[in-house]
Amino acid sequence: MNDVVNSPLENEIQALVDGRLDPARRVEVEAWLAAHPDEAARVRDMSAQRAAVEDAFSGLLDRPVPARLRSAVEGRVQTAPVWRMAAMVALVVVGAAGGWFANETLTAHTSATAMLTNDALRAHSLFVREKRHAVEVTAQEEAHLVTWLSRRLQAELVAPNLENEGYRLVGGRILPASDAGPAAQFMYETPDGERVTLYIEQDTVGREVGFRFTEHDGLSAFWWKDGPLVYVLTGAAPREELLGLARATKAQFAS
Amino acid sequence: MARASFDLIEPHIPSLRRYALVLLRHDEQRADDLVQDCLVRALSRWHLWRRPGNLRAWLFTILHNIYVNDVARAAARPDVVEIQDYFPAMAVPPNQADRIQLREVVTAIQGLPDEQRQTLLLVTMEGFSYDETADITGVPIGTVMSRLSRARDKVRGSVAEDAPPRGRRVT
Repeated sequence: MNDVVNSPLENEIQALVDGRLDPARRVEVEAWLAAHPDEAARVRDMSAQRAAVEDAFSGLLDRPVPARLRSAVEGRVQTAPVWRMAAMVALVVVGAAGGWFANETLTAHTSATAMLTNDALRAHSLFVREKRHAVEVTAQEEAHLVTWLSRRLQAELVAPNLENEGYRLVGGRILPASDAGPAAQFMYETPDGERVTLYIEQDTVGREVGFRFTEHDGLSAFWWKDGPLVYVLTGAAPREELLGLARATKAQFAS
Repeated sequence: MARASFDLIEPHIPSLRRYALVLLRHDEQRADDLVQDCLVRALSRWHLWRRPGNLRAWLFTILHNIYVNDVARAAARPDVVEIQDYFPAMAVPPNQADRIQLREVVTAIQGLPDEQRQTLLLVTMEGFSYDETADITGVPIGTVMSRLSRARDKVRGSVAEDAPPRGRRVT
């Protein structure tokens, strides 16, 4: 009797449990199961499991949504928790700096800069280890990438060409900055996969033009201000190499 | 834009929170942090969502990627939690022997390898199709099917082992 029906594939058994098997085939598979009690018991258990999962977790849909999540969807929260952590690190630095600098303006600049380099370092660490999602827009769409980021930062950006230095553009993304609007990140890599990132945001606190170096946790970063923008170039490369990249970058943004 | 995105995204928050909560083994604070990251990232990429697309699957994809890349990697696997503490409603009367005990199923699911657990939850708890689940988890559909099958067999095995004698199938 059951020889007429092909024994079902494992995929079909799963689809039966999920109510996703096509009705005609379902009749055949059920007929086959009637003659195969062991497999039928397995299907019964798996169906009971499915029902148990639905019951067990359905109550979790009725929890009231916390205000912070509603704010996040309304776009009123620019800072996700992962970024908030960077801001907290910066505040600790600010606290320490506040004791040393009597000049309030200087303190404000110091805190903003700590936040800037923290954001840049954090964004660097977060995305350089990504393979598939390292960037939002890849270098294949470089023109679109530059237009998009320029519009969002309301400034004329370029994706600097660092090929003479051995680094090829991977692409870029937009990020929330702690103390300003959006920030842009361009990523570059060597043929060996060594990556550096260039982080750019609007200077909202009126920093002085400068060219500085900072080091944290095995990463080096050069940051500078040029025109209305501030830049942070971050990487694990040796300081001299990074300096070369920073100079090449700065030259191409000459304002 | 903000209003439109809010109206479209907001209805999906409860199921994103549920999935995050179960993924993070009922750590509410971390689950809502994960959802918040997901929502912020969704808004920042709003222009990338292709209408008319499957917004719910898109949101789950973002959440999945944050979980896999940032959360799961950073966190050492926590100790097994006492499930009853979080689901008081799940204390099934002991004489209800005709159905699998919810608590045992939930405990067994939380003991699965992460990929199998995600697949099983997306298909059963969230009701995603196999295609959608493949998109969300970034694997071919064949992988979804084999993860699903292995997950269900494992849960079945653990439930059979842990069941009190009266709940055990007579063979």
